[in-house]
Amino acid sequence: MFKCLFVVGALASAPLSAAQAQSHPQASAPAAQPSDPQIAHIAYTAGQLDIEAADQALAKSTNAEVRAFAETMKRDHAAVNEQAMALVKKLNVTPEANATSTALTEAAARERERLSGLSGMAFDRAYIDNEVAFHRTVNEALRGTLIPGARNAELKALLERGLALFQEHQAHAEQLARHVR
Amino acid sequence: MSVDQGKGERSRREVLASAAILTLAAAWPARAAGRRHVVVIDKMAFGAPPSGVKVGDTITWTNRDIVRHTATARNGAFDLDLPPGASASAVMGRAGAVPYYCRYHPAMRGEISVGV
Repeated sequence: MFKCLFVVGALASAPLSAAQAQSHPQASAPAAQPSDPQIAHIAYTAGQLDIEAADQALAKSTNAEVRAFAETMKRDHAAVNEQAMALVKKLNVTPEANATSTALTEAAARERERLSGLSGMAFDRAYIDNEVAFHRTVNEALRGTLIPGARNAELKALLERGLALFQEHQAHAEQLARHVR
Repeated sequence: MSVDQGKGERSRREVLASAAILTLAAAWPARAAGRRHVVVIDKMAFGAPPSGVKVGDTITWTNRDIVRHTATARNGAFDLDLPPGASASAVMGRAGAVPYYCRYHPAMRGEISVGV
């Protein structure tokens, strides 16, 4: 929950800056919308963080359904990030760290620390609940900020492909959350 | 090579040829009925189910996504592994509705309707 609120705050900061810039036109406009290199960094970071969460689940969980889900998260996010790396290389773009990707990383580290103290059913529940929250947050950011903000057509197409995939992940996690009780 | 041997050769060929024709004839009805259909997987969805599928027809799934999928029949009739870019096929052995899904992505579902 903590992580979810924090990340939503971080991801919402871009539109907020845009609104502030509009209401105070005299103020020098901050980077309201993330740039393509920043968008690429946010998307890549989100994928890596979910792979790390899956690694933790595979190290700790003995639940077959939870483990199968974690394997799918690793396989899918690795595949998307492989495409993302190939694309930035092709476009000769260097992904650029930014406040949003840093906030995502810090929130995930705190969550990993919290989950490390749990085991058995308590861990499984916390991992799955976190996967629901994480995918919901990332999907909202993709829909609301990252996809509309992407300038390069190929980056936009990859993000749209990612959104279709992560929406399925969210539905899968929500279904598991009802099972793992 | 003598004339007799030539005749013998010919008759052996004729026997073999007849046997081949009989084999083909036996296989013909099934081959004629065995049409092929394609279901494309793209953007986390199975394409529209093909229409007019009959027993003995082959369905080929082609994965255009960047992630791995499966086409897995709920009744166990087939379980196809579909890495990105791959295709795999199954012959529809029985009439009826065949619901299937992706084992990795359970929200992905499809159904093949097989007629007689």
